[in-house]
Amino acid sequence: MTIKHVIAASSAMALLAFPAVAEPTAEVLHWWTSGGEAKSVAVLQEQFKERGGVWTDMPVAGGGGDAAMTALRARVLSGNPPTAVQLKGPAIQEWYEEGVLADISDVAEEQHWGDVLPAQIAEHMKCDGHWCAAPVNVHRVNWIWGNKKILDDNGIAMPTTWEEFNAAAEKLKAAGITPLAHGGQAWQDATVFETVVLGMGGPEFYQKALVDLDMDALGSDTMIKVFDEMRVLRGFVDENYPGRDWNLATAMVMNGEAAFQIMGDWAKGEFLAAGKKPGVDFTCAATPGHGFLYNVDSFAMFDVGDDADKVAGQKLLAELIVAPSFQETFNLNKGSIPVRTDVSLDKFDDCAKLSSKDMNADAKDGSLLPSYAHGMALRGEPAGAITDVVTAHFNSDMTSEEAVKQLQDAVANAM
Amino acid sequence: MSNLLERWVPKVVLAPTFVAVLIFVYGFIGWTAWISLTKSKIMPRYEIDGFDQYTKLFATPRWDTAMNNLYLFGGLFIVISMVLGLMLAIFLDQKIRTEGVIRTIYLYPMALSMIVTGTAWKWILNPQHGIEAMVQGWGFAGFRFDWLVNPDMAIYTIVLAGVWQSSGFVMALFLAGLRSVDGEIIKAAQVDGIPNWRIYTAIIIPSMAPIFLSAFIVLSHLAIKSFDLVVALTGGGPGYATDLPATYMYAMAFSRGNLGQAASSAMIMMAVVFAIVVPYLYSELRAKHD
Repeated sequence: MTIKHVIAASSAMALLAFPAVAEPTAEVLHWWTSGGEAKSVAVLQEQFKERGGVWTDMPVAGGGGDAAMTALRARVLSGNPPTAVQLKGPAIQEWYEEGVLADISDVAEEQHWGDVLPAQIAEHMKCDGHWCAAPVNVHRVNWIWGNKKILDDNGIAMPTTWEEFNAAAEKLKAAGITPLAHGGQAWQDATVFETVVLGMGGPEFYQKALVDLDMDALGSDTMIKVFDEMRVLRGFVDENYPGRDWNLATAMVMNGEAAFQIMGDWAKGEFLAAGKKPGVDFTCAATPGHGFLYNVDSFAMFDVGDDADKVAGQKLLAELIVAPSFQETFNLNKGSIPVRTDVSLDKFDDCAKLSSKDMNADAKDGSLLPSYAHGMALRGEPAGAITDVVTAHFNSDMTSEEAVKQLQDAVANAM
Repeated sequence: MSNLLERWVPKVVLAPTFVAVLIFVYGFIGWTAWISLTKSKIMPRYEIDGFDQYTKLFATPRWDTAMNNLYLFGGLFIVISMVLGLMLAIFLDQKIRTEGVIRTIYLYPMALSMIVTGTAWKWILNPQHGIEAMVQGWGFAGFRFDWLVNPDMAIYTIVLAGVWQSSGFVMALFLAGLRSVDGEIIKAAQVDGIPNWRIYTAIIIPSMAPIFLSAFIVLSHLAIKSFDLVVALTGGGPGYATDLPATYMYAMAFSRGNLGQAASSAMIMMAVVFAIVVPYLYSELRAKHD
């Protein structure tokens, strides 16, 4: 047998071994690189491989996704976008307007996404009526976490109105306990701000002010009251808050240095990781007021051209992301709740069950609303302009009237 | 043949760098200027839209804060670094025995990156863990040193860390300058019985004018491009009280997906640099011409 024969034979073998069926490939750009998040995304990777796919991981850590977005820009500009990218909220629409997203409506319809996703959330996944992204999870932002022992010792129940909260906080302060654990970073200031807007103004006011950017709502007396409350809250925070990371604030509640924290349900992950039990060591409740502010992570599907392998990979990926088995495992790892309304919650903790119950109830009466502080309600520019005012007010002695005026100017300027 | 080589080799050798500088410095300055006139958001767009981005920029309170911080930080950083550096240099110039060791100690902060400087000072200045906690631990319960978390004072912590980092370098510059002054003149002055301080103020320092200019240029460009120090020390906070133009530009370009606005702020930063560098170049070039 000559060398030529060997080559001929082996290439024939190769052809036999790989029949001409598309081999799903997906390159996935994300920034889930820390502990629980990395574990969560590994689940998806495994399921993808089990179905015969080839997964190319492209994790870009840093800056809360800023670094990943820079990488994405470079890839899109060079005409070679990744298959799927961790994107959320209006950013999906922004990329769609650049004309680089794919249409995955066939998968979505085959899997009946329209029937199992809450309508408000499904709307974020659509570009001009067709599906272009797959939702992964729902984080609730308007949570207030409490240290059970401190609250019991001082005879305090979880507050249901901001007046109750203020009264409880005064009591705690008198007892020498920091009432509110907070980290002075702009996004954390904004997180507290949006829960106060929702609590004091109600869902309709929230929609008008922070989603529709209605000038009258932004300049209203209600908004002045919201800033008044922010000033009151500033008095409940310890001196040393500027620049503190959110998980350090959570640790303060855990260790009994502070009583409450207002933060999304990723804080629950910190409690659970430290071996604390919901209802025993810590309590969770919606922030005072009625409504549900959601922060939905999703993967936007980019246009990969006619490459059959990549298109197949994209479809498989979309199918797996929304499928019940991934929704369950992923969200158990991440501390959020499944975006599907038909996934069993047996394995989830009480906070997650409460979150899911509220989501389904609030979806019906229009109080299921996108979080502005986490980039779900507004595009980068107006959202950033509002955050600038909120954080400037919180960190200075600006009056509420001045803050409201600046808020109107900033939003007008960002239009 | 050799004549031809002589004529062409330098040009050929320089050509790649020349082209690279042309594209990657001046080309991109042009590109940024173009983008600053468009409505670019997450991706660059090329339809010219006028000076909207600049109007928006100047209507933004955060940009005002950033520019005021730049003037405050830049002014204090340059002046204090130069005064301290000059004083250190003069003291070291007194022919002391351990000069080599001390010079190295003062120069060492320069070997650290600004990120390290910022992080170290963040811990030192943190009221809960740093100086304030230490002095209170000694029994002075009323002692307050909360600049880092006080929005009105936070910018001065950046000056403090910046000066700590750079004054040793300025000292080295001045020391070299002091040593280059002609010893004969100084001796002549000493023979005439002129006091030491007069020798410095009337002879040595005036003859070091070029060193002052170099130190000023180096420090001012450090001040304008300051970014890592702020990010590590205060993260721009509390609120945006310690934002500088560079951190503002970064926030617009990379966090907010607003390339047009970022480009316009970059152009203003460049204008500030030009305002300093152009008179310097002008004086330098004219001096040669004469």
